[in-house]
Amino acid sequence: MNNEEAIMAAPTSTPAAEPRQGAQAAAQRGVAHGGDAHGDESDQIGFLSPPHDYEDYQWTLNFGPQHPATHTTLRLVLKLDGERVVDAVPDIGYLHSGFEKIGESLDYNQYVTVTDRMNYISPMANNVAWHGAVERLLGIELPRRAQYIRVIISELARISDHLLCNGAAGLDTGAFTYFLYAFYQREVIYDIFETLCGARFTNSYTRVGGLMYDITPLVVDKIRTFVRNFHKTLEDMDRLLNRNRIFVDRTKGVGVLPREEAINRSASGPIARASGVTRDLRKDEPYLCYPDFDFKVCCAKAGDCYARYLVRMAEMRESLRIVDQAIENLPAGEINVPIGERTALPTKSMVYSTIEGTISHFELTMSNRGFEVPFDESYAATEAPNGELGFYLVGDGTDVAYRARCRPPSYIHFSLFPYLIRGHTLSDIVAVLGSLNIIAAELDR
Amino acid sequence: MPDDANKRDSVVSLATVAALVEKFPAVKASEFRGQTRVVVPAESIYAALEFLKLQRDFDFLVDITCVDYLNYRGATDRFGLVYLLANTDTNERLTVRTFLNEPDLTVPSAVPLWEGANWFEREVWDMFGITFAGHPDLRRILLPEEFTAFPLRKDYPLQGRGERHNFPVLPRSSG
Repeated sequence: MNNEEAIMAAPTSTPAAEPRQGAQAAAQRGVAHGGDAHGDESDQIGFLSPPHDYEDYQWTLNFGPQHPATHTTLRLVLKLDGERVVDAVPDIGYLHSGFEKIGESLDYNQYVTVTDRMNYISPMANNVAWHGAVERLLGIELPRRAQYIRVIISELARISDHLLCNGAAGLDTGAFTYFLYAFYQREVIYDIFETLCGARFTNSYTRVGGLMYDITPLVVDKIRTFVRNFHKTLEDMDRLLNRNRIFVDRTKGVGVLPREEAINRSASGPIARASGVTRDLRKDEPYLCYPDFDFKVCCAKAGDCYARYLVRMAEMRESLRIVDQAIENLPAGEINVPIGERTALPTKSMVYSTIEGTISHFELTMSNRGFEVPFDESYAATEAPNGELGFYLVGDGTDVAYRARCRPPSYIHFSLFPYLIRGHTLSDIVAVLGSLNIIAAELDR
Repeated sequence: MPDDANKRDSVVSLATVAALVEKFPAVKASEFRGQTRVVVPAESIYAALEFLKLQRDFDFLVDITCVDYLNYRGATDRFGLVYLLANTDTNERLTVRTFLNEPDLTVPSAVPLWEGANWFEREVWDMFGITFAGHPDLRRILLPEEFTAFPLRKDYPLQGRGERHNFPVLPRSSG
């Protein structure tokens, strides 16, 4: 009976025989190692897949430069072990268009059109950063009204940037409705910008020592309507995604950036604040008239994709509070520095009806006149939606910068990417990329 | 308000500058629009940065960039390397500059101090051709590997020099 069973079983149970042998071998080795059960286990794994064969399982995958989840043109060379990312090497420069070289041949007012095209998700914030840096170099103090309007447009730009970033992060992880909620409100902000300066996308709204146009009652009305209605959308967005099982599972604990690493790797903005860095230039180095407003710096401690999402949601609420306070307390007065300082172009009515206006316009537009620029260099930074956006300017007496260096937050945040993705799976790449908010035009400049 | 902020900023920096000058007597400090700048000789740049990071807690590297002073009025040196540092606790900022001249365009890499220096230094190498000794991965970053010039130098024309001849021609038949 026993023999028969053994013969019957023999052809079918050959695969089952191997583990038994393996167990025997392990047991033998276990004896050799002194019978330690833990040692047995690790030995067995080593027996099944020897360490020197690991390399054979790795394969290389090109992610981008044309991939829907990169949103823009960037490329990652991934080294994968199955679905797990062993290493990622970013390859950038596809959109390099020499913005810094162009900055050495366009004057301080012309170059604002190029800054529009750096981070085209929030061009107004770039305009404010660029002319803030120019005014720091020239030593110009803006009138209060211009400062308030600049705060309003930078905060609206922050909202529109965070809407896109969070909306796209939702889209990449499968939440399509959420994306549409976010994009509808971006449209409203574009509409405000169009009414304000005539351009929806590439605004070029600021000027050295002032602004292109004054704010009109219609714009004030539209901003007030936006402030009234946007809360509702934010609440809807919260309800859609904050406790959404799929989204939370795909973002929580993914791409963790500890506080020390965030500082050591020069991260700034919402990404650093999601890791527990409390740095916010609006509070720490107040520029424009930010000290006038009551707002909070939004931080989280986890440092993962979900924390970055939450920080952006909270920042939109605070930005809305700033816009609300600024639009209700908008001071009266000029939007440009006085004509005597000879930096801002006079208005057309001044040019045509007063001699000072005519002379000033003539002097400013002559190629050998223009502003008085010191032979010196300065750096000025603003808290752009994406992080610290600064310009290092070298003046050489002419109204064209000798060197116009941009400190682009996207560039620095993309260098974090290999660190964040190592050990995660292929599908986590879109979650991490989405949470970093890489804008390739700013990345490559 | 901005004036007050600038004043406070410079007062904090003064203590740092005093400590730096005491350690490195060749350091020259200046101030412009509320910002404190120091010029450090190229041979002691790494030691100065290390001192600032470890002794004065400049834990945040804001930027590394370079300026080519080829046609600049009164300039005695060709390249100016600029390190922008910040302290995340006190919000103190400091601009550290050093000057380099051809043929010796090499400085020690700051990557051992700040990991964030990695891509900044790669970009400076890419655009200006300044070598960072000890950098873990000093390759071109924005321009293609085959590119031979350093386009942000002032002797490089705005419209380029026709770098096309550097790139390999791929005929249709080869694909």
